[in-house]
Amino acid sequence: MKWQAVAINTYREAIRDKVLYNLLIFALILIGGSILLATLTISEQNKIIVDFGLASMNLFGVLMAIFLGIGLVSKEIEKKTLYTVLSKPIGRTEFLLGKYAGLLLTLAVNTMIMGVGLYLTLMINQARWGFSIWDVMDPRLIGAIYMIYFELAILTAVALLFSTFTTTTLAAIFTLSIYIMGHASFDLMKMGEKLDGLAGPLLKGIYYILPNLSYFNIKGQVAHGVAIAPSYFFYTTLYALVYCTLLMCLASFIFKRRDFN
Amino acid sequence: MSVIEIEHLRKDFQVGFWGRESVAISDINLSVQEGEIFGFLGPNGAGKTTTIKILMGLIHPTAGTAKLLGQPVGNIKAKSKIGFLPESSHFYEYLTAMEALTFYGGLFGLSKNRLKERIPTLLKQVGLVSSAHLQLRKFSKGMLQRMGIAQSLINDPELIILDEPMSGLDPIGRKEMRELILGLKAQGKTVFFSSHITHDVEMICDRVGILVGGRLLRMGGLAEILDTGKETLEDYFIRIVQGQ
Repeated sequence: MKWQAVAINTYREAIRDKVLYNLLIFALILIGGSILLATLTISEQNKIIVDFGLASMNLFGVLMAIFLGIGLVSKEIEKKTLYTVLSKPIGRTEFLLGKYAGLLLTLAVNTMIMGVGLYLTLMINQARWGFSIWDVMDPRLIGAIYMIYFELAILTAVALLFSTFTTTTLAAIFTLSIYIMGHASFDLMKMGEKLDGLAGPLLKGIYYILPNLSYFNIKGQVAHGVAIAPSYFFYTTLYALVYCTLLMCLASFIFKRRDFN
Repeated sequence: MSVIEIEHLRKDFQVGFWGRESVAISDINLSVQEGEIFGFLGPNGAGKTTTIKILMGLIHPTAGTAKLLGQPVGNIKAKSKIGFLPESSHFYEYLTAMEALTFYGGLFGLSKNRLKERIPTLLKQVGLVSSAHLQLRKFSKGMLQRMGIAQSLINDPELIILDEPMSGLDPIGRKEMRELILGLKAQGKTVFFSSHITHDVEMICDRVGILVGGRLLRMGGLAEILDTGKETLEDYFIRIVQGQ
């Protein structure tokens, strides 16, 4: 299928981009560097490594999603590489799907690399204190990484949407704004409940329209060993899938109507 | 059979802060027959690229219709039989020539085996065999133009649309390009190319269309439109343009 050719090409472009390597190396340095934190007991250190490590993964994942996502379409338009692609027998929607799939693949690989880095850091810390390295194989950590990935999937879809109709700079600003507001949307809604007039329904509307990215933040629970119900993962995944699908439909609607002058 | 049919084609753009309408092309009517070489001639800014972009589905027309191989523009089945070279080829510079052709071949759904046969033949045809594994960012302008030709022929198309194919080529390159176009015609293919270089058009085209200020002023065989023996296509073209 032709979208696969676009996906593989998008992945190839990402892995040959120096920005990606710089971000990945910084992420691994930060994750590994968490082991050097202040002298505490082993259990406290593991909590700090997990919390800090997941936060680093999230931060650098977001930066990768934004830096790579904003250029998915706008860079192709600016560089005119789009002409030799869309003149071929591939629909515009299929092209967008391929670009999105390619970046999701890139993020999956990078998330896995950072996840392995985090586990290695925990194992090294265990070995340092003379404990079994296999004690850190906590499945909840995989759950947290899984949620980070789906948050990045939503953010990538947001970046791709903006990329279809604006420049790379504006797409970056808008995507970052959505990321920040997505984590604050619940607080916005709570604020709206206390306000009179139109402000309340407006803020409630914003809450429902914006992606609620705080759903995907289970770092604190995982770091402190709090149990999370499987149904939570199911419904959050469903939310991510539906939201990404809606964003891609909107992106396709806009992209199909564009003229490439 | 007409492989390109354009009827009353018009494209308006909105320019400037206030979105003032600017007419890029107006009431274009032309047809290109199977197996011919058609030269789409016009000065810079005449609307040649706009017309070609509408044919390739990159721009939506404001009015009128256009068909390629009997299908409305944008039809995926028709696109699988068409090759296109855009003006000033831009490629993914991180890819090698081999990787780029494999990618474009993949967009046509060509199998790996088919590409293994096709790509070396194409690279030989355009003189890029020694550069097959070089990243496109290291290609010269002329090499990129050859690469553009190669990708436009990856699917062995029936109709080839070339926007300023001589751009960036030296005299030897232009001669090779003319020979390539004539070779495509000998294979029974149809070639539609735009140019503002009358000499190239006069040497190889069966019919020409002259576009000035977004309007198709003349169309026909060279024998029909030129006053044989008395003027060249360049003389005629300048006369037409200055007449506007």
